[in-house]
Amino acid sequence: MKSLSQVGSDLPSSADGVSASVRSGPDAGEARFLSILFEQPSSGAGVDGRQEPDFFSDLNLDQVLELMIAGREQYDLKPFFYASLHDVAAVGYRHEVLRDLEQPVVLESVTRFAETMGRMRDHLAQAAKLYYPLQKQAWFLDAVEIYCEAVCSLAEELGGLDVASRGFQALCDYLAGYAASERFTSIAAQTKALKEALAGVRYTIRINGARVTVSNYEGEPDYSAEVEETFAKFEQGAVKSYLVRLRDSVDMSHVEAQILDRVARLNPDVFRTLAEYGSRHRDYLDATVGRFDREMQFYLAYLHLIGPLKAAGLPFCYPRVSARAKDIAAEETFDLALAAKLVPGGGTVVGNDFYLEGPERIFVVTGPNNGGKTTFARTFGQLHFLAGLGLPVPGQSARLFLPDRIYTHFEREEDIETLRGKFEDELVRVHEILEQATSQSVLVMNESFNSTTLNDALFVGTEVIRRIRELGLLGVYVTFVDEIASLSEATVSMVSQIVPENPAQRTFKLVRKPADGLAYAAAIAGKYGLTYQRLMERIGS
Amino acid sequence: MKVFLLHKDQDIAVKPGLRDAIFAAMASGDLLAIANVRRNLQRERNSGPIAAAPGNDAVLTQDLELQTLWNAMAAGDEFLFEVARRAILSSLSDPDAIVYRQQVLADCLEHPETVRQLYQLAIDALENERQVSSLWLLSTPDNTIHRSVRVLKLQVEVLRRLRQTAEQQAGNFSSEGFRRFFAMLSEELSDDYLQTVEHHLHELEFRRGVLESAELAKGNKGRRYIVRRQREQRWTERLPFGNRSPGYTFTIPARDENGFKALEEIRGKGINHVANAVAQSADHVKSFFSMLRIELAFYLGCLNLRERLDAKGEPACFPVPLAAGQRTLTADGLYDVSLTLHLPDRVVGNDLRADGKSLAMITGANQGGKSTLLRSLGLAHLMMQSGMFVGAQLFRADVCAGVFTHYKREEDATMQGGKLDEELARMSEIAGQITANSILLCNESFASTNEREGSEIARQVVRAMLDKQIKVFFVTHMYDLAHSFYAQQLDTALFLRAERQPDGRRTFKLVEREPLPTSYGEDSYRRIFGAGEATATHLADTR
Repeated sequence: MKSLSQVGSDLPSSADGVSASVRSGPDAGEARFLSILFEQPSSGAGVDGRQEPDFFSDLNLDQVLELMIAGREQYDLKPFFYASLHDVAAVGYRHEVLRDLEQPVVLESVTRFAETMGRMRDHLAQAAKLYYPLQKQAWFLDAVEIYCEAVCSLAEELGGLDVASRGFQALCDYLAGYAASERFTSIAAQTKALKEALAGVRYTIRINGARVTVSNYEGEPDYSAEVEETFAKFEQGAVKSYLVRLRDSVDMSHVEAQILDRVARLNPDVFRTLAEYGSRHRDYLDATVGRFDREMQFYLAYLHLIGPLKAAGLPFCYPRVSARAKDIAAEETFDLALAAKLVPGGGTVVGNDFYLEGPERIFVVTGPNNGGKTTFARTFGQLHFLAGLGLPVPGQSARLFLPDRIYTHFEREEDIETLRGKFEDELVRVHEILEQATSQSVLVMNESFNSTTLNDALFVGTEVIRRIRELGLLGVYVTFVDEIASLSEATVSMVSQIVPENPAQRTFKLVRKPADGLAYAAAIAGKYGLTYQRLMERIGS
Repeated sequence: MKVFLLHKDQDIAVKPGLRDAIFAAMASGDLLAIANVRRNLQRERNSGPIAAAPGNDAVLTQDLELQTLWNAMAAGDEFLFEVARRAILSSLSDPDAIVYRQQVLADCLEHPETVRQLYQLAIDALENERQVSSLWLLSTPDNTIHRSVRVLKLQVEVLRRLRQTAEQQAGNFSSEGFRRFFAMLSEELSDDYLQTVEHHLHELEFRRGVLESAELAKGNKGRRYIVRRQREQRWTERLPFGNRSPGYTFTIPARDENGFKALEEIRGKGINHVANAVAQSADHVKSFFSMLRIELAFYLGCLNLRERLDAKGEPACFPVPLAAGQRTLTADGLYDVSLTLHLPDRVVGNDLRADGKSLAMITGANQGGKSTLLRSLGLAHLMMQSGMFVGAQLFRADVCAGVFTHYKREEDATMQGGKLDEELARMSEIAGQITANSILLCNESFASTNEREGSEIARQVVRAMLDKQIKVFFVTHMYDLAHSFYAQQLDTALFLRAERQPDGRRTFKLVEREPLPTSYGEDSYRRIFGAGEATATHLADTR
């Protein structure tokens, strides 16, 4: 009878069932898949250092972010939301993944995986909290067991599903290879063997007063069973239970710990393996799997946020994006932060349409107060931000631009330190923005320069618009100065609508039409009978 | 270990309607339970009226004066009363089962002192329970064991006395039931067994400490603590430096309170299950004695009743039960047991030859013993089908599926004109419950209307009952009814008349006679007015 190695050497090639056992599986380090967020690995570099961009709070994106990461703090998702994409292909990569997630089975599978990994992390946390080494080691072992279970389940489930995105397909391939790899299977096998060995440990404790003796279990018979058997003959029918409810906790008392120490001494092999297990498998967690677990939360958090909104009937769509063409449009779009706030209470938001074509670049938004102008401005900014993250945006349809940066200029508190006064503060800020902005930027200005006279505001506004036009960037300019709205072919006037009979009623609808701020004043004056004509009629001579 | 003195192969079977809170209290073995339940029921009744239509049991109790019977059986003991009531209202339908009980009862009648002795042993055991349970202890595994062990130690003594009684008396008892019972006690409660029990009770004090096995659970904490029987120590282990079995020992320092508490928790987890086992075992023993008490209570009731009858010189015999549907009824000296228990003197018995008969019409003078006969029949059947003796010198009958009574109600005087309605409603209720092979005892039913109407209604009812294989015994003044059946000359009909001496005295005996018209009105008319004047219209219904 030849030994395996001898047989192998007789054969000309290794492509033979007999020598299969010495062939190694696919090397998991040969990463064709690294990230479900970034198609090019380099795009993902440096993400974790990012800070919150300046425009976040102006656009209420900070509120949106808080809602999304609630309950997911352990994943540290903020940096992902700060890292905008700048090319169409990267956006497409994420759209594909999101389309796959529209399949309930796919979503469920990754959600389950996330939950299991969460349990694994809970175990690791518990291990850290405990005091006794033998306990810490056991919890760590369980954590790894859960990890192996999560990986196997996900690999198996995804393998059976129909996924179209490059991201998921690459993930499937990677998982299949990883799950079959030597590295993984050996961890799984060792974990299983150790768990079984521990489960098979049986010991006895002899308590006599204050003396405690720990020994191996030698098959002594169950005493309760003996007692039961002795009196069983009297049984006439069912009787109630006398079991006392005893409390238990995760921690170990020092007495239990002393017992456990001795159990370890009675089972030296098992416990030595357990002790070494921790250091041997310290790096059990595959970096790519771990990264996937974290990055998937980016999608799950957003889907979790917009889920209820969609259920309430609000539309979301995958925008067509371009880094060059500045023709943009949106249908039935709305402010995401506002929707997220109103929908849970049973409220809803009004959808708006807009478009820019040809030489048009800037929306100049005028109209009565609280009519939705600022909301429109925020929506414009939010849409471009969300599009730049490859996420579905509010609206029935959208065609958007991928900016290099988004700038906002919203009314701020007077900054006493600068000793400049509000108007000048604003000028300084606008100046800084215009120095940095490029033609690929997006700018949202809201009610700027209203802490000065109309003339000054008109002058400054006109100049700013001119410089913006020179840059050629896309933007929204909300103002009460109507004249600015008709400055050039690059500006488009949007006006928030009123109901003539009831000027105080808000519609939140904006339409493209020439500014007519006086219309509001006239209407509201008319309502109270205070127009010139009415007054002439009313006041007695 | 089953008592099986009421049935060959099952415990006492009480029909669902009687398995109420009181029965549960009786079965629990708690000596004060019945009183508690009674108090609760009284409170409920006081807090609001709960009008329930009287089921057949209530009707029977009233019409057959069953309370009198049960009181005689109880002789003042509430427990005996409740058992008697349930046994008699839960009729047996298998002649073999009846004979089984008769034989056990025959043994009891021969050796009443032994039966009372056994009953007292059961009470003693239940009293042990009550005494120990009345101690209030915090619910911990140790306390549970402590209490149960105390009880069981007392019960062992009672078990020993029980077995001794069995051994002494076994030779004197000949019934299948008692022979089996005593043999079982002898075998199951042998000295070896009782020693094993006592050994356990000693071990359960855990004087040598507790040995628990365990395995590893989450985070290597111990779980599944199971108390194990400790091996007897080898003599080598008892030596100071002897060959001890491999094990690591440590001691909790005397001041370490937390340590002792922790140790106590570990110990508690293990003995929790032992405590449960012991406590349940004590409950099992209790339930055995409880069952014994209930079954013996029935026989004690019979003994009490027999004493009362013997004291008056009234006869009693074991009836011969036949399978249902055999249409048998033969009796000598059948008397009303309830009646005799009321009166100081003896009562009159009747002879009956009613084999092959499904219908008996009983007519005749008032206060002649007609309703008494009905009652004695009803009682005889109930008593026979409880396995008891009956009030007669001889009684042979097929078992019936149920006894139903339809008596006139005097107390409905407040309902003007609704009396017939009331009677019909009651008969309707009976119709809803009665089944084939039952017995219907009608005492002047439908007398609340004129004879013609009443007879017609009764005729329909009786015909239907007969066609449904139900035996009917009908006491009536309605000549129309009685005569119409007489005229049919059925083989299966029997006609009895209450005797009346020419001088008007009653003999309380019933004899086989055709029904007589109860009024002589027409003859008197003819005598006075002369024949020929009478026309048919004179008989028009004007009443």
